[in-house]
Amino acid sequence: MISLNVNGKPVQAEVAGDTPLLWVLRDHLELTGTKFGCGMALCGACTVHVDGEPVRSCVTPVAAVGSRKITTIESIGETRIGKAVQAAWVAESVPQCGYCQSGQVMSAVALLKANSTPSDADIDTAMSGNLCRCATYPRIRAAIKRAARAGT
Amino acid sequence: MNTIVNLSRRDFLLVSGGLALGFHIPQSLAQAGPAKALGADSAAAFSPNAFIRISPDNTVTVIVKHLEMGQGTYTGLPTLVAEELDADWSQIRAEGAPADSKQYNNVFWGEVQGTGGSTALANSYEQLRQAGATARAMLVAAAAEKWQVPVSAIRVDRGLVSTGGKRATFGELAADAANQAVPSDVKLKDPKDFVLIGKPAVRTDARAKSNGTAIFTQDVKLPGMLTAVVLHPPRFGAKLKTFDATKAKQVKGVEQVVAFSTPATNGVAVLAKDYWSAKTGRDALTAEWEESTAFRLGSAEIMNDYKSLAGKPGLSARKDGDVDAALKGAAKTLEAAYEFPYLAHASMEPMNCVVKLDGNGCEIWNGEQFQTVDQAAVAKLLGVEPGRVRINQLYAGGSFGRRANPHSDYLLEAAAIAKAANGSAPVKLVWGREDDMRAGYYRPMYYHTLKAGLDAQGNLVAWKHVIVGQSILAGTAFESFAVKDGIDASSVEGAANLPYAIPNLAVELHTPTIGVPVQWWRAVGSTHTAYATESFLDEVAREAKKDPFELRRSLLDKHPRHRAVLELAAQKAGWGSPKEGVSRGIAVHESFSTYVAQVVEVSGTDAGVKIERVVCAVDCGVAVNPNIIAMQMESGIGYGLSAALTGAITLKDGVVQQSNFHDYPVLRMNQMPPIEVFIVPSAEKPTGVGEPGTPVIAPALANAILAMQGKPVRTLPMFSQGVTFAT
Repeated sequence: MISLNVNGKPVQAEVAGDTPLLWVLRDHLELTGTKFGCGMALCGACTVHVDGEPVRSCVTPVAAVGSRKITTIESIGETRIGKAVQAAWVAESVPQCGYCQSGQVMSAVALLKANSTPSDADIDTAMSGNLCRCATYPRIRAAIKRAARAGT
Repeated sequence: MNTIVNLSRRDFLLVSGGLALGFHIPQSLAQAGPAKALGADSAAAFSPNAFIRISPDNTVTVIVKHLEMGQGTYTGLPTLVAEELDADWSQIRAEGAPADSKQYNNVFWGEVQGTGGSTALANSYEQLRQAGATARAMLVAAAAEKWQVPVSAIRVDRGLVSTGGKRATFGELAADAANQAVPSDVKLKDPKDFVLIGKPAVRTDARAKSNGTAIFTQDVKLPGMLTAVVLHPPRFGAKLKTFDATKAKQVKGVEQVVAFSTPATNGVAVLAKDYWSAKTGRDALTAEWEESTAFRLGSAEIMNDYKSLAGKPGLSARKDGDVDAALKGAAKTLEAAYEFPYLAHASMEPMNCVVKLDGNGCEIWNGEQFQTVDQAAVAKLLGVEPGRVRINQLYAGGSFGRRANPHSDYLLEAAAIAKAANGSAPVKLVWGREDDMRAGYYRPMYYHTLKAGLDAQGNLVAWKHVIVGQSILAGTAFESFAVKDGIDASSVEGAANLPYAIPNLAVELHTPTIGVPVQWWRAVGSTHTAYATESFLDEVAREAKKDPFELRRSLLDKHPRHRAVLELAAQKAGWGSPKEGVSRGIAVHESFSTYVAQVVEVSGTDAGVKIERVVCAVDCGVAVNPNIIAMQMESGIGYGLSAALTGAITLKDGVVQQSNFHDYPVLRMNQMPPIEVFIVPSAEKPTGVGEPGTPVIAPALANAILAMQGKPVRTLPMFSQGVTFAT
């Protein structure tokens, strides 16, 4: 039995310690907002926060997380920056198919937490690990800037 | 979540007091909600318009017959309804329609339901406005009766029905409206009175797709469900001989290991309570394959065969004048050959499907793109009538054509696995990225040769185009009307209908049979024909010392819509006004009756070619939602750019060499150029925008590189030709 802190709540899951965090979230805790895209930390669809830092949950063994705080797309909107980012995502019409967007939002929130006025280069650095086959990139860029202007 | 409800329309009206045109599903699917249940007898109670449900809570739910895979159909189609209904956009919801080829067919395809060819909005344009106008007339009739005034005294504006000082919402009138006669003839608005069409309505799915609540096939969980992860043969055409599941069965959580075989795929499936256990079990499997029938060529050998075929006469796809004589008599001739690789769709959501067998059929949960074809295929596998294959629609995490598989490959696989497990549990088939990338159904490889002849004045007098590549449509439901006299229309589209005024023009096709499964891929034939024709035309312009824009313009007298987008893109890009250090390329192409021109600006840097800007002009008829049109142009450009820069599936000894995004790199944010989109105002019927942005970017980029470096890029991806790009 593994004990975790997910979205502010203590939870437990009956899994082996080497199970990737992604599948614990999705299959055992039924938090399906975090997506599976590649399984190799190549696409960013599985991005969650561990103690506020963005991590690729598809390659993070659940045992490695320990007692650190996991935040997923399901609760990021409860934070000031998360709320601003999600509002900006709608205002800039970012999502198309939407499958990668949970990961995009999590990476964007992590960026804005660390840097409230990111430049284009900062955005590229923070976001180029998140793939979007609909190529919503220009709108993601605009939405991050909008969220930044909103005073995050 | 999977309760079956069988309510006739009238039952529903009595039960809930709402207005439903057509059928109703009481457990209504919120925009972000879980898969909805279907009435088993849903075919029994339909009225002419099965597209609208107005609830007492004043929401208007539009039942969308097409798949939302990113292209915006859950917004565009509801816009058509809302416009004629005079609804307020905030009360509009979208819900996926079940599989039903009678009610929800693609009007352009006969009695076939499916999404493709950029037809969703185009085929629905009249149908959904009619549905909205009909519902409006019934609301008005109900209000007139309630307030005892003539129908002509009733106003409807942004979801409010009124006369004098009296007002009512749609929700308040819904029950009474349901008792009104369905009018047989309604008048549609004059386009000058449009309120919503032409405006950037906010997407109905934007919020759910920003907060993780949108439900995809990957997210479906049914009671008792098992997840299936599969082992496929290493080569196309190989068959399972034997397998050893001893180690797989030792993995905790693994419940069953079964062999499966369908007309499309075969292999071994490991079923477990969760994905990771199933995947761990799959990785522990060993199997032997019968490979005597397997395809064993590599990409290089295939291309060599194509090159020798191109030298022989092909089937004629177009013949104007006498091209051979004109080439012989030309003052100057030039020729070029173009090579294109296989391409994977690589949508962000790998293919997956949930199947629950019941006594006499099955229920499917899927981001479903090809309902009628899939129903028939799964029904045949199960030995039941197609109506017994019920399909619940979900969002698709991209598709780019892949989810409309002409052989229903992944749906059949899911159904066969459920059957092999004796229907003991609902099965969710989940392909990993590697499974998805190696499963075939690629955009085919192609080889093109082009020859042009110029007269003494530099006029283009001859154009001979030979195309070699597999047929996409042979063996599919579309073969009978898309393959004529051996010519697959999708192999030559964009080439055989070349718009330029050239007196002697021939297009020939060779269609070799190769054992690699192929499929339509965003913009289909135009993905290669636009590149070959538009790149070669720039080589012609260079040879004739003509400006590429002016040359195109001079050859498009009879194609004003091509010319208009070309001129708009050129004007907005400042074509003709040189910019220091910047080279420009231009291309124009029509696909799916939508006209697109793009100008690409590049500069040279130490790190490689830098794409500075893309200017895009599009004519898609009436612009129903300009914001979604812009989104789709941006998306098409990004998708096309990804393929142009690095996209290639290659084979060696029949084995696909790529497996994931490290060896099939796709466009990242730091590679995406700024894009400006301009829409040609038009009163023509709307046409699609999901695909037509894609084919134009690669030739426009190639032409910019030609302008900058003086050297053409004739083989894709450009990376394979040593072209590197700065971020």
